[in-house]
Amino acid sequence: MTGMPSLPPYALALDMQAEMQDGEAPVVTMPFASKVQGRPGFLHGGAISGLLEIAAVAAIHDALRKQGSDAPIKQVNVTIDFMRGGKPELTYAQGTITRLGRTMANVSAHAWQDDPDRIIAQAHMHYLISRSRDRKAV
Amino acid sequence: MNQNSDNTVANPLASLNDRKGGFDPAMANRMMSSIGHSGFVGMEYVGHGSDWVELAFDWRDDLVADPDSGIIASSAVISLLDNACSLSIWTKLDRFRPQVTMDLRLDYLRPSPSGARVFGRGICYHMTHNIGFVRGIAHNGDMDDPLAHASGTFIRVGNILS
Repeated sequence: MTGMPSLPPYALALDMQAEMQDGEAPVVTMPFASKVQGRPGFLHGGAISGLLEIAAVAAIHDALRKQGSDAPIKQVNVTIDFMRGGKPELTYAQGTITRLGRTMANVSAHAWQDDPDRIIAQAHMHYLISRSRDRKAV
Repeated sequence: MNQNSDNTVANPLASLNDRKGGFDPAMANRMMSSIGHSGFVGMEYVGHGSDWVELAFDWRDDLVADPDSGIIASSAVISLLDNACSLSIWTKLDRFRPQVTMDLRLDYLRPSPSGARVFGRGICYHMTHNIGFVRGIAHNGDMDDPLAHASGTFIRVGNILS
């Protein structure tokens, strides 16, 4: 699939996949497997957090690309709220960019399973953007 | 609370409460990290005190964020500190009680370099009837050179809440 963002090894190891969306940030999926399970019968919070971070990064790269930029980014922090136990099934996450500035981005991401209205976890992150290292900048 | 509604699967860690000699974080980590996500990351027990537990995992090429630099994925550090913080609450309590992470914040001070073992210490600095308040520090072997700081809360779940 063209325009598909390449995912980091950690995300690939957990079988995450990113799917481009029309006019929205990519949706990243993570299938259930033993390697993402936490306490019996539920997803591990760390695996859900990983999915949220990957979705946030995919959203920023997507937004930068639409600006014609491939500037590298660096994550500064993350706050994750866990709202529901993750069931042993396919999990989705999508990032939302609140502000994409010159030097930083304010991003959030939310994760859901069978019902998009029932969010299982959400995260807020800050990223530094290295515009000076943008190879596409004029 | 929705996250408590389906607590039907017994947690094997509850069996630790039947043992004499209080809560054993090394044994709890062995049980937690023999399977599942903690097993995938490869978390090992390092040490503990009255209110803290330290775990670690070895660098591996499928735990990295960027194949060129080999720096560790931030998410693996979250998983490590999530477990260490959770264990610190049971250690301070000297007993297992079912709980889930309510929220967790990480500040990434520096990348964890290629090849370096990652340590995560969870500290339970306060506990109430329902909430465990935790801090965490991730490092590569020197606590004075941290790579991430964490803070968060865990909420007690299950029928003992009522």
